[in-house]
Amino acid sequence: MNASLISLEISVIGLGLVLMLADLFMPAERRKFLGYAAIAALGVLLLASFAGCGSCSLTGTAFHGAFVNDGLSLFFKRLFIIAAILVLFVAVEFSDRLTAISEYYSLIVFALAGMLFAASANDFAMLFVSIELITITFYVLVSFQRNKLASLEAGVKYLILGALSSAFMIFGIALIWGTTGQLNFTELAAVASQFADSKIFLLGVLLVLVGLGFKIAAFPFQIWAPDVYQGAPTPTTAFLAIGSKAAGFVLLMRFLFSAIPSITHSHALSTMLIIVSGITILYGNLCALPQRNLKRLLAYSSISHAGYLLLGVAALNANGQAAILYYLAGYLFTVLAAFLVIALVLRQLETEDVSGLAGLNQRSPLLAATLTIAMVSLAGIPPLAGFFGKFLLLKSVVEAAQTTGNPGYYCLLFTALVGVVISLYYYFNVVRAIYWSKEPKDVSPIEMSGAAKLTAWLCIAGIFALGLFPNAVLNFALLAVGGLK
Amino acid sequence: MSILTQIAGWPLLAALALVVVPRNYRVVIRAIAVLATFISTVLAVKMFVGYGCAVPDAEGFRFVQQIPWVESLGISYHVGVDGLNVGLVLMGAIVAFAAALCSWEIKTREKEFYILLLVMSGGILGAFASLDLFFFYFLHELALVPTFIMIGVWGRGERKNYATFQITLYLSIGALIALLGLIALYVQSGANTFDIPKLVEHLKSNPLETNAQNFIFPLLLFGFGILVSLWPFHSWAPLGYGVAPSPTAMLHAGVLKKFGLYGLIRVALPLLPEAAQTWANVIAWLCVGNILYVGWVAMRQKDLNLLIGNSSVAHMGFIFLGIASLNLIGITGAVLIMVAHGFLAALTFALNGYIYQQTGTLKMSELGGLCRKLPFIGTALLMAAMAGCGLPGFANFVGEATVFFGAWTVFPTVTVIALWGALVIGGVYMTRAIRNALHGPLPEKWSALVDASSAWRKLPYALLLLCLLVFGFVPKLLTEKINPDAGKIVTVVAAAAPAEHALVQVDVPTARAQSSEIEQ
Repeated sequence: MNASLISLEISVIGLGLVLMLADLFMPAERRKFLGYAAIAALGVLLLASFAGCGSCSLTGTAFHGAFVNDGLSLFFKRLFIIAAILVLFVAVEFSDRLTAISEYYSLIVFALAGMLFAASANDFAMLFVSIELITITFYVLVSFQRNKLASLEAGVKYLILGALSSAFMIFGIALIWGTTGQLNFTELAAVASQFADSKIFLLGVLLVLVGLGFKIAAFPFQIWAPDVYQGAPTPTTAFLAIGSKAAGFVLLMRFLFSAIPSITHSHALSTMLIIVSGITILYGNLCALPQRNLKRLLAYSSISHAGYLLLGVAALNANGQAAILYYLAGYLFTVLAAFLVIALVLRQLETEDVSGLAGLNQRSPLLAATLTIAMVSLAGIPPLAGFFGKFLLLKSVVEAAQTTGNPGYYCLLFTALVGVVISLYYYFNVVRAIYWSKEPKDVSPIEMSGAAKLTAWLCIAGIFALGLFPNAVLNFALLAVGGLK
Repeated sequence: MSILTQIAGWPLLAALALVVVPRNYRVVIRAIAVLATFISTVLAVKMFVGYGCAVPDAEGFRFVQQIPWVESLGISYHVGVDGLNVGLVLMGAIVAFAAALCSWEIKTREKEFYILLLVMSGGILGAFASLDLFFFYFLHELALVPTFIMIGVWGRGERKNYATFQITLYLSIGALIALLGLIALYVQSGANTFDIPKLVEHLKSNPLETNAQNFIFPLLLFGFGILVSLWPFHSWAPLGYGVAPSPTAMLHAGVLKKFGLYGLIRVALPLLPEAAQTWANVIAWLCVGNILYVGWVAMRQKDLNLLIGNSSVAHMGFIFLGIASLNLIGITGAVLIMVAHGFLAALTFALNGYIYQQTGTLKMSELGGLCRKLPFIGTALLMAAMAGCGLPGFANFVGEATVFFGAWTVFPTVTVIALWGALVIGGVYMTRAIRNALHGPLPEKWSALVDASSAWRKLPYALLLLCLLVFGFVPKLLTEKINPDAGKIVTVVAAAAPAEHALVQVDVPTARAQSSEIEQ
């Protein structure tokens, strides 16, 4: 066993514990700044991973192959740490609306630990444990505003549906283990093709996909997303939208492309992925059209983005997998930019209606620009990150269509295009509300702390960098998916 | 750095600079926009004049610059001009300058308007100069999105929202279908490069299978076709231009719309030559829809802007006819009309904008006798209308005549119909519009109208008219540049022709001789 491989995870869990303990010794008015301490600590870990120190520079497996460090896990670990840092920035801005803020920080850090384990999971036991670590932490994070009914309602909904999906998943894992006798992905891959005709094994695969589909909010397991996104505190929603979704995707990719590649490349499963992806895109985009609540709108938009990301899975080729990674990287900055603005602007408002953005360009040009850039990037317009990500995804599906000749891929392409066109309407509606509302009620300038400004600029820089200089990240992504089949 | 990068770069830089200029410095904002487009224009003229002296690279492009962007996908920033786009870049720069000059009619939220206008100008110029499929699309999209916003925010009339909705929907779908076609082309070619000259070379030696060509070509044809308002996908155009603020209409109808046509000539024809042969018939008959059907629609219009919008759709038909003819004269003519129509569309929309600014309406029943009050604008509009119905002396005549010569050998029936549409229908609606709007008794309420008095106000109209006349009298400036490069494309297409149903007679020397006769 090689415990040094998990030094990153151990440090993150240690950080969570320290934050919890620090709560006991810190005077209440200073606790807000624990968030900056957590950010600094995560920043050090991130720098260490780029400098090649610690477990990030090591590759190999630990715990009898249950834990793996490879290119894919490294890509996602960096993504998760950046996401957690930005979410903590948003959380600090949000801290005046939460009691027990240091617990909130430490829960975010624990959820991050779950995601880091998910990035390295190479075994069903590890997969399940990491998912549970993420999900259970999120039950608390979602219902954290205990005095707000909507938050509690969201927490209960997430709890019930999350528990249900976990039950499905553990049932699926049991069926797979029962038929094949394998829990380890690498060992399962060696024998999976023998079970291609076993109904019980295939049912197990399907049930695991149900559990993962719930995490990424793909159709037909998307039903929880709008209510939970709307009710949860804004930083939680942001982390749910990027962290939890990305964790679902890394597990999905590990499961499909390294545990059961022979089944994944069968006709039946690829058809299913095509259908799920197409319906998710249409569902998310069509339901987002009439939404007036910003967080609900972003929830539906996040469903549609799960659909776009599934394009890369359905394409079943390395370019599609790399495109998913690239798209998630762009999505990270975009979504956090949007939620940062929501956290700051709608602070005083009871509603989260789009009309609350009226006059934002006079109140704070930086926030207005941040949200506009985020929306334009989500809509997939050059020169921003969203455009290049969508371009890569579409390209991978075209490749799949031309190598397999499956007409389903052409239908999927046109569905995706229709989805993009629909989405223009609601994203531009938000932009219109910012700049061209009739009579803004409130034109008082919005105070922004230095940290909030820094976050906004970081997000903007990330969105532009990924749109204009895709080379480095794309090469990293292509390298990362090298081990998948 | 290539001069082309500078031509496209100045407006984009200026747009960035405007972001930090406070919004109440109106004069500064306007001055920056005008100056940036003016620099572009000067550089474009310099490039056009120096075209002959510049040394072409191995593929025949001049002023080339190439910077690798994403090596793993074979995307590079690659700009360069040959005969096909040198005129378009010049026309785009001049129209952008004129549009910036005409933007004085915008009185609200000027800062945002000028930023969008400059992004649009830079995007278009970059798209035309681009020799990389990715950037070709990327920069077009960059120019397209501001169009929607400008129409939605600064548009006029009651049907603004509906028109914005329609134009956004149509053009987004068109652009995305074209994107799909371009990606499919990239993937299918197997060359792992988005570089157009490299793709042309690669596909010359390993042409795509007929099936693949016949699948990708319609994607490009209809994707680009929607962007160019090919009948029956044209209905967004008249309405969109009717409500658009005039600088936007000038840039879109004049320049951005030509992107689709240019894409067909630059990408679809040389890369998918076999499919081009097969689909040429379809294009030829669809363009009858543009010329005849939309021409008839134009005759029934009661609003000057809708009439001009319809007539601009009808003019696209001639360009499609030139492309469909797939021979040297036809394609040369198509490129000529693209340039000429750019100046013409910009001029007419600018003049309409001026009249609307003064009167608040463009209903022809309410106008009349305007020539008395607006001698300069009226005369310019008269000349534009004459150019629109193909009067010799204006650049449009040269282009249309060339297209008809080219198309006659291939599609005699269509050519006859098109001629009828051009000469009779075009003549009827143009002269009728002139009579209704400019001549006759002057209604009482228009007695306070003011003509464009200062040289500054007259400049954009005069500039565009001058360009129309220069290229009308000396078309050789363009044809001698277009000819060799159009010849290359025709050769590629003809080489792929299956012998039994070849549409094109490979007879480039005679074709060249014929077209030089036209120039005389």
